[in-house]
Amino acid sequence: MPTMNIIQAVNDALDLAMAADKDVVILGEDVGKFGGVFRATVGLQEKYGEDRVIDTPLAEAGIIGTAIGMALYGLRPVAEIQFSDFIFPAYDQIVNELAKFRYRSGGEYPCPMVIRTPFGGGIRGGHYHSQSPEATFAHHAGLVCVTPSNPYDAKGLLLAALASPDPVMVFEPKRIYRGPAHGTNWSAHPKGEVPAGHYTVPIGKADIARPLRGKGIPVSLISYGAMVETCREAAAKLEAEGIDVELIDLRTLVPYDLPAIVESVSRTGRAVVANEAPKTCGFAAEVVALIMEHCFDWLQAPPLRVTGYDTPFPYTLEAAYLPDSGRVAAAVRQVARYK
Amino acid sequence: MTRSNAAPTARAPDAGGAATSVSHPPPVAIAPMQVLRADGTIVDPEFIASVPPADIARLYAAMVAQRVYDDRMIKMQRQGRLGFYLACTGEEACAYGPAYALRNDDWMYPAYREPGVALWRGFPLQTWVDNLVGNCDDPVKGRQMPVHWSARAQNVVSISSPVGTQIPQCAGTAYAMRQRGDDAVAICFFGEGTSSEGDFHVGLNFAGVAKAPAIFFCRNNGYAISTPYEKTTAAPHIALRAHGYGIRGQVVDGNDLFAVIKAVGEAAAYARAGHGPTLIEAKTYRLAAHSTSDDPKAYRSREEEAEALIQDPLPRLRRWLEAQGLWDEAREQQTQTEASEAILAALALAEAKPHPPLSTLFDDVFAARTPLLEAQALELAAHLASGESAYRAAGGH
Ligand SMILES: Cc1ncc(C[n+]2csc(CCOP(=O)(O)OP(=O)(O)O)c2C)c(N)n1
Ligand SMILES: [Mg+2]
Repeated sequence: MPTMNIIQAVNDALDLAMAADKDVVILGEDVGKFGGVFRATVGLQEKYGEDRVIDTPLAEAGIIGTAIGMALYGLRPVAEIQFSDFIFPAYDQIVNELAKFRYRSGGEYPCPMVIRTPFGGGIRGGHYHSQSPEATFAHHAGLVCVTPSNPYDAKGLLLAALASPDPVMVFEPKRIYRGPAHGTNWSAHPKGEVPAGHYTVPIGKADIARPLRGKGIPVSLISYGAMVETCREAAAKLEAEGIDVELIDLRTLVPYDLPAIVESVSRTGRAVVANEAPKTCGFAAEVVALIMEHCFDWLQAPPLRVTGYDTPFPYTLEAAYLPDSGRVAAAVRQVARYK
Repeated sequence: MTRSNAAPTARAPDAGGAATSVSHPPPVAIAPMQVLRADGTIVDPEFIASVPPADIARLYAAMVAQRVYDDRMIKMQRQGRLGFYLACTGEEACAYGPAYALRNDDWMYPAYREPGVALWRGFPLQTWVDNLVGNCDDPVKGRQMPVHWSARAQNVVSISSPVGTQIPQCAGTAYAMRQRGDDAVAICFFGEGTSSEGDFHVGLNFAGVAKAPAIFFCRNNGYAISTPYEKTTAAPHIALRAHGYGIRGQVVDGNDLFAVIKAVGEAAAYARAGHGPTLIEAKTYRLAAHSTSDDPKAYRSREEEAEALIQDPLPRLRRWLEAQGLWDEAREQQTQTEASEAILAALALAEAKPHPPLSTLFDDVFAARTPLLEAQALELAAHLASGESAYRAAGGH
């Protein structure tokens, strides 16, 4: 099986989808000749033409609004928003239009389309190239939200998104686009192996990214996106301390895999939820609430969150701001040793 | 379109509005305003005579210095000494011209490609470089990427990455100036790519309705990252849109420093006289890459770049200054050497300064820290002391 990084996996999925279905079109800023600022659409305009890989004017509301119109008429647009920090001019189109089209038309106008956007920090991007706004979209009913954490899932989830009857937002973890950690690549990672043809990763299904080893105090560690690798690092560190981490990669935020969460936490009785976004109203808050509602009787300790701080995203002090494996490990220890 | 070739109605900057007449609808001048062409032809000797030649020499020196700064900072970024950089090479006249034409109490809202507007007003070079590095003396406290500075003392407003947001803000500031009875104007800068954003529309429309003393300065440098002008709009000129908002429009040769000064001066006089906003479209060319994150070879030809060099704003100005006996090769060399030494010294000094204190992470979110932020500051301190911090492991203080 070929090894790919996340960018190559996304490109491969788009290529397959465009070859299979002439209704699939890509639109966004700099996606054509240039192949996108992260190179995810490289070569596609050459292959499928300017009418199917569209360099749009610089206007996110325009990108999403026109994609909606295309989708209503039967095309399958894949819109790229260059950085999720720049998605907000399109917020009205996404939240009031895209999310509600099916519902408000009594089912007459479903609007299946895909929005891809890189999110998260760790690339020295400061305020406006680092934010994690996924929860602000998950909050609005009608938007499927997925967050791949590796090349295999990136391709499989994108192909599933392209087959979905609903609008899907794909939040891509840009920090780990090219390797699971800084200065590494995906070739040594099991999920760096990406099958050549068409396959899907089911929307709505979490993945056990690291199973329990069966030795030590079990703790469920739940995360998504780039934080999955941070959590994996923490789990490795904790193994030597007699703490056994089951790492759950949510993969889909909406609709979330409640059975997977409940199954794990009811077994371990302890949970830590990690997201990079600020704490207040972040997606981790939703997961902790679900755990309280569904697993209370099994809990051995209050579940904890590890998140970004409730400030805008910094530049120079980025490494101090980003939740690191040390913060994750500390929270897991606290939950494991709770008396 | 019917008025597309109408002559501009406002007069030179010092006219103070007295000489301005206004017609309805306001004129939209599409023939590019020019004063000094690339081939050295003087189109408007009267205007040249109205500007002290020594000022032009100072402006030229500043533009040469800017080009040296940009060149050195791109190299330093390649060496890993800066996280990011973005140059204004080829577009210097579009920053230094407006800064010169306006008064210090006129507010300016730059995008990320006009450091000159603040440097001309005395924003210290060292402070500008401190921002590029993001150290403890960066006025922005290391929170934003390089080239996103803030210069309150110069009446230059903090820079945002999301493009176009400054356009309606400029309209609002202009409105407030008139509301307060001040005769200042507000100017904002943005690229032609940015003119596609909704904020462009709402900003110009509001300003038009309010007759706000605003100047919307569009730097049409041909590209929005890789996207060429033809993919930004089907219209031949951005300035044509002024007609749709019922405001004055003016195309100007953005590589002609004199013409930029004249266009902005006239727009300011027009605004101060109470006639309302002007949309200026300065035709120029982005000689540099968009930023240190892209390589233009992927999307435009060498031939096109070579052709654009003919319009470069610097050589034409230099030839004019030399003809006046105000410039020569020795001064050129000296200016470049001094600029190079100054910027490299500033960078070395900036690099030697510590990071902003960790406490700055939690300040300025609100006027005062909330209890939650206090608690999170303590959490961070405990984590840093725990021996498990990635930031500490990487050498952070
Ligand atoms: C709202 C928003 N969308 C996308 C971007 C990414 N981006 C940064 S600069 C740029 C191109 C801007 O082009 P233009 O307005 O012509 O200005 P120029 O860079 O040419 O000076 C883009 C797309 C952004 N900063 N903000
Ligand atoms: Mg441009």
